[in-house]
Amino acid sequence: MQQTDTIFRTTCLLCASLVGLLMLGIFIQLGMHSADTWSRFGLSFLWTQDWDPAADLYGAWPNIAGTLLTTAIALLIAIPLSFVAALFVTEAPGWLAKPLSHCIDLLAAIPSVIYGMWGLFVLVPLLQEHVQPFLVDELRLTELPGGTWLLGEGYSGFGFFTAGIILSLMILPYMSAIMRDVFRMTPPMLRESAYGLGCTRWETTRDVIMRYGIRGLLGGIFIGMGRALGETMAVLFVIGNMMDLPAGLFSSGTTIAATLACNFAEADGLQLSALFALGLILLLMSFSIQVAAQYYLHLTRGARGER
Amino acid sequence: MTPTSLNTQAPFRPLFWRKTQDVLLGLFSLISIIIAVGGMGWILWTVLSHGAHVIDWQFLTAPSKPYGEIGAGIANALLGTLAITGAATLISVPPAIAAGIYLAEFGKQSRLANVLRFSANVMMGLPSIIVGLFVYVIIVIPTGNFSGFAGTVALAVIMFPVMMRTTEDMLAMVPDTLRESALALGMSRCRATLSIVARAARNGLVTGVLLSLARVSGETAPLLFTAMFADTWPTGYFTKPTANLPVLISEYTMNSPFEEMHAAGWGAALVIAGLILALNIATRCIFRDRKH
Repeated sequence: MQQTDTIFRTTCLLCASLVGLLMLGIFIQLGMHSADTWSRFGLSFLWTQDWDPAADLYGAWPNIAGTLLTTAIALLIAIPLSFVAALFVTEAPGWLAKPLSHCIDLLAAIPSVIYGMWGLFVLVPLLQEHVQPFLVDELRLTELPGGTWLLGEGYSGFGFFTAGIILSLMILPYMSAIMRDVFRMTPPMLRESAYGLGCTRWETTRDVIMRYGIRGLLGGIFIGMGRALGETMAVLFVIGNMMDLPAGLFSSGTTIAATLACNFAEADGLQLSALFALGLILLLMSFSIQVAAQYYLHLTRGARGER
Repeated sequence: MTPTSLNTQAPFRPLFWRKTQDVLLGLFSLISIIIAVGGMGWILWTVLSHGAHVIDWQFLTAPSKPYGEIGAGIANALLGTLAITGAATLISVPPAIAAGIYLAEFGKQSRLANVLRFSANVMMGLPSIIVGLFVYVIIVIPTGNFSGFAGTVALAVIMFPVMMRTTEDMLAMVPDTLRESALALGMSRCRATLSIVARAARNGLVTGVLLSLARVSGETAPLLFTAMFADTWPTGYFTKPTANLPVLISEYTMNSPFEEMHAAGWGAALVIAGLILALNIATRCIFRDRKH
């Protein structure tokens, strides 16, 4: 009996350490296969703009910039939306709150490739034929000072702005679920005291609930950020896939994940190694964001009712 | 500090403005809920309206064919997806449950367990395309060809940390008195865990497996350069590129100029979305009492 227990315990331990091994393995493999690129270009790979398979010159900057830009747009839209959506769900009466939060959860269950199709066949034509002509030709936003710098020359429906909209819809359920938990963890006593002092709902939210749960909110934002950084399919469909630096919100470009999905199957030699190097950059970016997210969520774990 | 200086420092907030702010917040949160729920409705409606007329018996039972040949369907991709995700579940769930048992029953708050728990949490948030790259390196390069099995491994790697954390959470909800009674009856730790604690948490575990299965069956990015795509039945699961629905969808809609293929892509999207949503809703309804 002692023996079976030891065996059982060891098996469980081995299985659990698999997750650490996988994590290490991913880092080591990506590092090894991108070694050629790092030794050839050094760290300047990070800020070079060329991507020229014919001349074997590669640089990651357009990809990194595109990834950061789409993530930033997605967060700018999704943070306020998920914040107030979570607020609505917490304050709504039970019969309404339950189906609503299920609906938001189901939003996370839709496969990303379907978001991509919807973007390509619905959102792109909509933006191209109605929204962007209205903004550019009717409101003449590009003629304002800094307008071309912000929006770029011309529009096609594809580009960073479209990708950012789709990403924001995709990360909304994740962020809103965490924010919901954060709102619920505020002790009712605190909330009621604020109301008792005559605070309005907005003042209670801003001065009491937000202060109490700021770390949890940060954790939720980082989780959404990590999702947006690495999302592949939805972005691939609508980003336009041009290896160019972002020229404005409406311009086409690429992100790390989209470049990987687009070029990986045909690449070999140094290009393959450069793609692995891009993968390593993406891995490091999302790893550090996940670590930050877990740190902030860990601080509030007990209060949110998790162990 | 005198009372007068306190008064001058208090921010001036007219009641009207405070109430307006409050109403604006209410309106804004209503709008955001409409965007979230409306967005979901819009996407599902688009898939339904484009895909519904494509689906018939032949579409579901014939294999996919190159453009131009008549009588094409998605049956090979459907079978391929079932094989790839089913095998991924089979190879990742048992070790993941064992790993979860370690965290919940043995490791608890030890330093090693904390590190592993942290790794699992971080790994759950890593981009799935990175896992695709990793599996490309460890399976596709050594064996020399793309295969359905490589896709299976990629999905299994994605499922593993999710199932591990779910198992831990579910086991942690089982009251300690149950463990103590089992041990007091003379059961070994192994038997007490497997036939008492795990049985008490059974519903939660099944929910976890089904939800993570639903989550990975729509994953496309990790299959792009592991399973790839083929117009054949999935007979070469271990040696050849294997057809699967997500990659079929992206091939047909993004890389093809033909209307017929777009339509087939919408049909396939409806099938996969229907399967995933049905799995999600059924799981949540049947096992609702156990969660939270």
